[in-house]
Amino acid sequence: MVDASKIRNFSIISHVDHGKSTLSDRILELTGAVDPREMREQYLDSMDIERERGITIKAQNVRVHWRDHVLHLIDTPGHVDFGYEVSRSLAACEGVVLLVDASQGIEAQTLANCYLALENDLEIVAALNKIDLPAADPERYAAEIERVLGLPANQVLRISAKTGAGVDRLLDEVVARIPAPSADRDAATRALIFDSYYDQYRGVVSAVRVVDGVLRQHSKVRFFQAGSTHEVEEIGVRTPTPVPVAELGPGEVGYLIANVRNVGEARVGETVTDAGRPAGEPLPGYRDPKPMVYCGLYPVDGDEFPDLRDALEKLQLNDASVTYAPETSSALGFGFRCGFLGLLHMEIVRERLEREFGLSLIATAPSVEYVAHLTNGDTELVDNPSALPEAQRIEHIEEPLLSVTIVTPAEYVGTIIDLCQTRRGRQEKMQYLSAERLEMVYVLPLAEVVVDFFDQLKSRTKGYASLDYEPAGLQAAELVRVDLLLNGQPVDAFSAIVHRGRADEYGRKMAAKLRELIPRQLFDVPIQAAVGGRIIARETVKAKRKDVLAKCYGGDITRKRKLLEKQKEGKKRMKSIGRVEVPQEAFVSALRLDE
Amino acid sequence: MDATPGPGVYVHVPFCATRCDYCAFATWTDKVHLVDAYVAAVLEEIAAAAEQEDLGPAATVYVGGGTPSLLPPSALCTIIEAIERQDGAEVTVECNPESTTNELMAALADCGVGRISLGVQSTSPRVLASLGRSQHPGSLRRAVSAIADAGIGRYNVDLIYGAADEHDADFAASLRDVFALDPAPSHLSAYALTIEAGTPLARDPHRHPDDDAQARRYILADEAAEAAGLSWYEISNWAVPGHESRHNLDCWRQGDYRGFGCAAHSHRGGRRFWNTVSFERYLAAIREGKTAVAGEERLDASRYAEEALELSLRTRWGVPEGAVSPDDRRLLVEEARLLEPRDDRLVLTRKGRILANEVAVRLRVPEPEHLSAPKVPSVTNR
Repeated sequence: MVDASKIRNFSIISHVDHGKSTLSDRILELTGAVDPREMREQYLDSMDIERERGITIKAQNVRVHWRDHVLHLIDTPGHVDFGYEVSRSLAACEGVVLLVDASQGIEAQTLANCYLALENDLEIVAALNKIDLPAADPERYAAEIERVLGLPANQVLRISAKTGAGVDRLLDEVVARIPAPSADRDAATRALIFDSYYDQYRGVVSAVRVVDGVLRQHSKVRFFQAGSTHEVEEIGVRTPTPVPVAELGPGEVGYLIANVRNVGEARVGETVTDAGRPAGEPLPGYRDPKPMVYCGLYPVDGDEFPDLRDALEKLQLNDASVTYAPETSSALGFGFRCGFLGLLHMEIVRERLEREFGLSLIATAPSVEYVAHLTNGDTELVDNPSALPEAQRIEHIEEPLLSVTIVTPAEYVGTIIDLCQTRRGRQEKMQYLSAERLEMVYVLPLAEVVVDFFDQLKSRTKGYASLDYEPAGLQAAELVRVDLLLNGQPVDAFSAIVHRGRADEYGRKMAAKLRELIPRQLFDVPIQAAVGGRIIARETVKAKRKDVLAKCYGGDITRKRKLLEKQKEGKKRMKSIGRVEVPQEAFVSALRLDE
Repeated sequence: MDATPGPGVYVHVPFCATRCDYCAFATWTDKVHLVDAYVAAVLEEIAAAAEQEDLGPAATVYVGGGTPSLLPPSALCTIIEAIERQDGAEVTVECNPESTTNELMAALADCGVGRISLGVQSTSPRVLASLGRSQHPGSLRRAVSAIADAGIGRYNVDLIYGAADEHDADFAASLRDVFALDPAPSHLSAYALTIEAGTPLARDPHRHPDDDAQARRYILADEAAEAAGLSWYEISNWAVPGHESRHNLDCWRQGDYRGFGCAAHSHRGGRRFWNTVSFERYLAAIREGKTAVAGEERLDASRYAEEALELSLRTRWGVPEGAVSPDDRRLLVEEARLLEPRDDRLVLTRKGRILANEVAVRLRVPEPEHLSAPKVPSVTNR
């Protein structure tokens, strides 16, 4: 066990690309934790997707030694979708390193996480990174940090994670300024789980921070939220190689293996206590992960439905924040309505399902969870547009809201205001961080954010604006469901809940898109967009008039037959909506957001 | 006419004066100096086949290309005479109007040619230009006279519809011009312009045909042919009754045929095989006494039966009623009217002929007891 006064627990708060992973790599090298021969980039990011996207999804932690102190570096998820995970990681720390690109300045998400750190009374050690770059302007951004966060500019360190310059000084400052954890060895044991992942050989492996008391091997422990009791099979620390230990004392960070079968029983925020001498209260701040965005996932090949179910089961062992429930679509067949923490999370899950489980999937347009208040006084939660009750049964509908923080160079303020207004946003705050940059806070309907808001923001600001958000309750809104009908038959996969003022536009756009995508059939196919019984847009796919192989070159019957066989194959891949045959690709393209 | 079709013989002549923009066929404009070598090789191949394959005398001979009329008349005749033929065999030679001379026609008539197929494609210079073709004015009329003067009793006209610069009126004019010829053709082949990969046309999307325009022009062709006393008997073919191309009919009926020359296709009892497409490799193979066959496929019984349906569907004898499921029958016969019942069989309607693939992909091989043989009328040869 380590003397708590020698422990420093900290996270690095940073924007994507500001160099967090590189700094982590340098710290591992400088402290001798990783043999230089085994060093590789983004050492702590273990998933392929994390490396490829250059982001951290899972929290990692590592113990290093620095000048007779023990440092625990807790690497936090790097995306706004995982904000709750970040908050739990910060709860395991006494301080943070704020890492800012010396040529970019502080960004929205960094700002939000710094506010969170300040609220939690964490010590902030600020550092400007990439000072080796010609575009670096450390004076200017040190001043910005002072103005925005109140940290004296002369205390802001200048480093280059790439070359290693200033990293030793940074570690010295961590030791000097971040307080040691307060430690009560004799108190009832309480340890915070700030991450869990599933290992196919060992079951769930949780990252823990012991807050009070001692966690011992082979002891019986109780999980407060799950209400379950387990025997500690192994505890240890990551150096970053896992090294088993007999005890983890107060202030220590390590891992816990206790024969837990899925991560849902060892959720982020869970409190672990001693079963024989349980603590009276769990640690504060636990929250059930709640999906923000939903979509239907369907196998392209209907026969793969059982495979998709198995894949989701396995994935959930590892990612308890994904929810899924079977649903049926007349257009797409059998699939699942899945809930995600955000759009990136949705993308990652889908990518993992396709990549790790070899599935080919169709995803419906993302939706949010609406609250329908019915005329009979009942309330229904609606996460699938086609499940919205009929208009005459609805008294009113509420939609979820987000409080969105945007940090942007001043020149883009106009276009951002414009974007937020067309998305039904309400401005809450606008303040200058410096002469050139400002922070804006808008309350926006979540549904308006999930549809290409990020992309719009990025393209309108040439990538310079950054964004953070958090849930901000519900509001009543004038919402209607737009249905798309093929040959008079509604196609559930294309239904969407949209604001009344935008229903016509959506209906027209989708009808026109479908007209392009649906091949001509033996008869005219009317495409209609409708709100309730009212048709708001109409297009027609004219009947096909010619489909024949004209000539057979010199007795080449073989070629003719092969062309027909190809056509027959294509026909098999069609989904029938009533009498209309729609190729799978049409669904995929129609549901693509960016077109 | 014989109850069993064929056998037929096809001879491929891979030479052209110019290459049309839509053509993906094995033909060359720069190998005219190799004509003699090629003719010798074909004769060699015919002789070897006569020795090694028990084909029997040909019921039909078809010399196609390319442009067969580019060969010297004597060479054409030597080839035709090298082929053992039944009495009254149908012998067809494809010709371009320009090269359909009195001299050539007289020579062909002498060696037993009774049918000429004229590659006209269009009578509009503008439309021909947009196909990458040209034609001297008056050459068509001269060609038709030469055919008649030689005493060759039957000729076909090939037309292509759907070129980019063609309007409905252009195609209607071509049809009018063709049926106003004296003597008028007793056979019409009208083909929808088809984009073949690798052709200049394929690389030029602005010149790609429009399906709706082609459908309209098909109807124009059908109406004009009917008015001239020709009846459709295959999707792209019309004839005065009795003047059908027996060679092509036998192909649609899965008859045996043997193709000679480079890229020629053959069929023998369910085995389909084809010669190398390479002109040089063809010459080399024959020179070395080897086979020129480059590929083959053998269909199992059910695929062969499927193929039989797909081919028969294209003809006016249609398919047995059992080849269409009751659901598809409702769709294809009652609703979309692509098929109509005729003598226990289902036959393409005019609308159905232009949408024949939609029918073909829905065909299924019926149980043997539901099969009825098509009643193919006899085709006269002279």
